Amino acid sequence: MPRYLTDEPLDPARLLAEVASPGCGGTVLFLGTVRSSEEDGDIEGIDYSAYHEMAEAEIARIVDEARQRWAGARMAARHRLGWVSAGEASVAIAVACPHRADAYAASRFVIDEIKRSVPIWKRERLASGATRWVEPAHA
Amino acid sequence: MKVHVRLFASYAEAAGRSEVVLELPDGSRVADALTALRTQVDASRLPPSPLVAVNRRYAKGELALADGDEVAFIPPVAGG
Repeated sequence: MPRYLTDEPLDPARLLAEVASPGCGGTVLFLGTVRSSEEDGDIEGIDYSAYHEMAEAEIARIVDEARQRWAGARMAARHRLGWVSAGEASVAIAVACPHRADAYAASRFVIDEIKRSVPIWKRERLASGATRWVEPAHA
Repeated sequence: MKVHVRLFASYAEAAGRSEVVLELPDGSRVADALTALRTQVDASRLPPSPLVAVNRRYAKGELALADGDEVAFIPPVAGG
C-alpha cells in the first residue's frame, strides 16, 4: 500500500488528525498548490507523474531524517499524482511537535527536501491546450 | 549481464518507451549503460550526465552494475 503517494484529492484535516497528540503544542500544515498566474501563462492544471517505488522510498527517507533531527516530531505527508487543477493542493505535509519552532523547521525541511530529490515530474497544461514539461530552474 | 533501464517524463517521451533491457559486459558501470542506451533509443533529451538511480537509490556514473539491476534515468525533478 502506498503511504505517501495518492491519486485522490488531499485531505488536510485527516493529515492533521494523524499527527495530533496531547504532547504536541505546535502543529504546522504546509500545502503546495498548483499556481496559475499571468506570467506563468494561465495554467489550467498539472499532470504529476512519478517513479513510484523510488518516490515512496525517498519521501520515507526524508520523513525519517526529519524525525531524527527534530525529536518528538509527528509527521504525515502526501503527494498527489495525476491531474491536479489550478488552485488545488498537490502536496500536503503535517508536522506536530512539542513546540512550534521545531514544527516550523521540520515542515520547511521536509518540503525543501521533497522538492530537491523526490522523482516526481510535472506536465503543465495551459489554457491554450498546449502542454509542457516543467524543468525547475530553482529548488 | 542484463540491466533493466527505466525512463521517465521527457526522457521516456523522446525515447518512445519507458523500459529498455540492456545486455552489458560484466563489470559495466552506469556510464556504460548510458552509452549503450544511446545506441538503442533516441536519448537526445538526456544530457551528458543525467541523474541516475540504481535500484531506487541515486548513483554516480562510475558505480559498477550487477545482473538484474534497475537503472533509472531521471529528468530534473519537479515534485512538491
